[in-house]
Amino acid sequence: MKDHFSDRKYIIGAMIMLPVLFFIIRLFILQVLDPSYQLSASSNVLRNVTQYPSRGLIYDRTGELLVYNEPAYDLMVVPAQLAPFDTAEFCSILEIDKEYVDTEIARAREYSRFRSSVFLKQISALTYAVLQEKMYKFPGFYVQPRTLRKYPKDIAAHILGYVGEVDRRMIEENPGYVMGDYIGITGVEKTYEEELSGEKGVSRFLVDVHNRVMGSYQDGRFDAPAVVGNDITLSLDASLQAYGEKLMQNKIGSIVAIEPSTGEILSLVSTPTYHPELLVGRVRTRNFRQLSSDTLNPLFNRALMAHYPAGSTFKIVNGLIALQEGIIDDVTSQTCPGHYTVGRLTIRCRHHVTPVAMAAAIQVSCNTYFCHIFRDLLDHPKYGSVTAGFNVWRDHVRSFGLGERLDADFPNELRGFVPPATYYDRFYGENRWRSLQVVSLALGQGELSVTPIQMANITAAIANRGFYITPHILKDVANSDIDPEFREKKYTTIDSIWFEPVIEGMYRAVHGPDGGTARIAQVQGLDICGKTGTAENPHGDDHSVFLAFAPRNNPQIAIAVYVENAGFGATMAAPIASLMIEKYLNGEIAGNRKWLEQRMLEADFINRLVADADEQEN
Amino acid sequence: MQMNRRINIWRNLDWLTVIVWLVLLIIGWISIYSAVYDDAHSSIFDTSQRYGKQLIWMIAAVVIAFSVILTDNKLFLFFSYFFYGFTILLLIAVLFFGTEVNSSQSWFQFGGIQIQPAEFAKLATALALAQFLSNTKRKIHDPKVLVNTSFIILLPVMLILLQPDVGSSLVFFSFLLVLYREGLTGWVLFFFILFCVLSVLALLMNEINMLALLVLTSFAAIVTVLRNAKLTIRGLLIFAAVAGIVILFFRLAGTDIIVDLQLVIAAAAASLVLFIISAIGRISNAPLVLGFLFTAIIYTYSVDYVFDNVLMPHQRSRINIVLGFEDDPLGQSYNINQSKIAIGSGGLTGRGFLQGTQTKFNFVPEQSTDFIFCTIGEEWGFTGSLVLLALFVLLLLRLLYIAERQRSSYARIYGYSVIAIFFTHLVVNIGMTIGVVPVIGIPLPFISYGGSSLWAFTIMLFILLRFDAARMEFLR
Repeated sequence: MKDHFSDRKYIIGAMIMLPVLFFIIRLFILQVLDPSYQLSASSNVLRNVTQYPSRGLIYDRTGELLVYNEPAYDLMVVPAQLAPFDTAEFCSILEIDKEYVDTEIARAREYSRFRSSVFLKQISALTYAVLQEKMYKFPGFYVQPRTLRKYPKDIAAHILGYVGEVDRRMIEENPGYVMGDYIGITGVEKTYEEELSGEKGVSRFLVDVHNRVMGSYQDGRFDAPAVVGNDITLSLDASLQAYGEKLMQNKIGSIVAIEPSTGEILSLVSTPTYHPELLVGRVRTRNFRQLSSDTLNPLFNRALMAHYPAGSTFKIVNGLIALQEGIIDDVTSQTCPGHYTVGRLTIRCRHHVTPVAMAAAIQVSCNTYFCHIFRDLLDHPKYGSVTAGFNVWRDHVRSFGLGERLDADFPNELRGFVPPATYYDRFYGENRWRSLQVVSLALGQGELSVTPIQMANITAAIANRGFYITPHILKDVANSDIDPEFREKKYTTIDSIWFEPVIEGMYRAVHGPDGGTARIAQVQGLDICGKTGTAENPHGDDHSVFLAFAPRNNPQIAIAVYVENAGFGATMAAPIASLMIEKYLNGEIAGNRKWLEQRMLEADFINRLVADADEQEN
Repeated sequence: MQMNRRINIWRNLDWLTVIVWLVLLIIGWISIYSAVYDDAHSSIFDTSQRYGKQLIWMIAAVVIAFSVILTDNKLFLFFSYFFYGFTILLLIAVLFFGTEVNSSQSWFQFGGIQIQPAEFAKLATALALAQFLSNTKRKIHDPKVLVNTSFIILLPVMLILLQPDVGSSLVFFSFLLVLYREGLTGWVLFFFILFCVLSVLALLMNEINMLALLVLTSFAAIVTVLRNAKLTIRGLLIFAAVAGIVILFFRLAGTDIIVDLQLVIAAAAASLVLFIISAIGRISNAPLVLGFLFTAIIYTYSVDYVFDNVLMPHQRSRINIVLGFEDDPLGQSYNINQSKIAIGSGGLTGRGFLQGTQTKFNFVPEQSTDFIFCTIGEEWGFTGSLVLLALFVLLLLRLLYIAERQRSSYARIYGYSVIAIFFTHLVVNIGMTIGVVPVIGIPLPFISYGGSSLWAFTIMLFILLRFDAARMEFLR
């Protein structure tokens, strides 16, 4: 040890001990001797009051208000701040029983001791006024202003969807939400949750032991104002939608109307439907249970989720494919003996002029013609095998948006089904099946299944002569742009020149001089082009189907109508579609067609079918 | 042979220190969990939360500690200057490429990891200082050595002040303690501590109290330099007598001078008389004390004067922030108040784990980093605070013991550096939370949330333990 300052270690040791000793004395005074800090702590109760933004309003394409907000009050509780209180008085103000108080507090405590939970939802303004004066007696409780959705028009429940409280799963997926927050659960409310919801804000208040607000915490330095949600405008035409829902009353089915040039959905009806008000506020749970146990399944959005056979309407697509592939041209004709018979298989056809080429075949919906061209396509030697030919056909079909989700701006859209070759391989063995086995696809039957929105989209693609724009319900949103996906033309694999003969056929189906399948859909001056379908339904009566667009040149509306168990396309679907088109293009129904409107309004397929209604899902 | 050496190192490792270190880490982890507790993420292992992250930093710290122990200690010696130079480069680089947080540019951001070079600069400076001063040819009072030593210490201080991070730069002044141990005259350390205290007090207190404090300090100093019990008692009597006479005079004269000032004048007069007597009695240090008295008075007033008239408004507000004034919408020092309320509400035994309402409801700012002691004070009370302080004292005294048993002056100097840094962090951090030191944002070693500081402190500690384990074979 050669250093002379080794003794300084004692001084340094003392220097370490000295401030620590001083701290210990100071802490002893602070923590043990002086009670004032404990008092300050108990009066130092902070309350975070969430500022809920009002959700964005929803308008239709003409600027009519579809959804707005109404104030409501939730009673909140923070378990850690609770003090014993007069339960009897509390219960009498709120008209609840003690059991409710106990279970709710236990539930809140289980969720979080420090964060607020909803104790009682949506108390009335009157109760709120009484409670507010007595709040000082109930520390740990406070009132949280909220808003509820209101629907000035009783329409479009499936489109608008509803708002509900987030559940645990949603919170895990999206940590921005906390228990008690509202979130769009279905429809536009869900798809555009981000735009509509706005941003929650928070105000922090200091609250004393008597539950009195003493002022804002740190002068509001940590407060964040709520940002209201963005208003959105839907492409929906409210009056057309209302009219469509009226026409479809007492029927099961769906209408989808699209503006072909933009892909904007003008109307999307699914019946039976429900009143949107039923799923708002405290009554929601009870009504929801009731609606979901209804055998007609009103909560089910048939426009996007019901799988139907395409029926004869699908002949248009098969015709286009045959033209595109050069199997036939528009003048190739086919005689029809009134049936299509191969070996033991016979498909019947109606009486009509014969022979028919493309336009006439569509006009009269000739089964023989379409069976021939479909089999000619699949069997064509240029493909090498039926499977290869089938795959060519399938690729064309899929280019119309079948068999996949269209990715319209709705949650829960289903994809329909276009069977792949492997599907038949499984039944018949690889390369063991022939075009005859799948000939029902020629008529839109068989394993093919589609949703109404997909059919409307096909109609739009035909109206556009070869392309479609993904159908969407959003027209405009404040402070942001709509998805560029909804501006992009999606081309089918059919060249535009092949559409004219097919459209001619659809025109003649409605206006045909010597017999058309849908002459009932004729409206003076509207040039409606359409195609009926009768979708064979293995579970009951056939579904009535109709596709149409109008006017023939520069089409403004493309529509698909499905009415379940209503028989021929011309009986129900075609009149309804024509009324919808007339309503949209002319604004009113001409006097000479009022009888038809009346007949449609009065038609009732539900009460007739109540007995086996639950069988109709497919 | 190699094997043998390894075993010796593990056997010679100071396990007491290692255990205290581990206990502190765990206390820190649990405290962070409690400080930022969130019902939605209630698992202490949830790595999306600070407590989960801290666990990762802790595991990394253990790995780092192991690596340091397994490193040849000659490496630290060899690379002292190199490491110092590298850290200086980092401190320069952070000024240009760093991320700005809270208006100071002191972090590097690498993906999700933030590195604060200032934390590592303390370690580098300690190594460089040890390297420089351990050269036996260098005598500490040689002006050249003093200048170089000051340069080693002040260079990082300057760079850190540029960020600006006043808290971290102040820590470097704790190296004075090391210099003192190595022979620097005690006056430097004494004056430094005194001026620190004066600067803070001058801004926190009004002038009269300040003056009284100065007079009493100088009186105490005079009494100390008398170095003789009989003289001291006589001195005290003279002081009391003179002061009494002056106060009596004021009473009889019935002046309108305020009482505070009367007391100050009385004490000043008494000090003066005492000084004259000691000067006549040829007591050598007395002029020094008088010089100090007047310097201190001038300094005190000049702090206020410079503060009010020379500094630009934004500089003033920066100092105000450091002193906890500006951060203060509720009139008084808000953060300190909330911190004191949180600690004070802990009582003797605390509110219990996770039961602290003050820290839970975010009354206390920075509760997982600089104000982590609030959580401990609130939830574990006086008992918990005492245990924590005891652990730190145990650690510091143990390190003192370890530093003193080193055979090489390099290891000893380095050891003192570690002690000085830990000590400063402890005093400033805890002092801040209980309101006796202005708010200077520096972490509580091993307890506060944050990877950089945890790793830097761990490396610092384990390099010392590595030297200690090899002290028998390491002579210089």
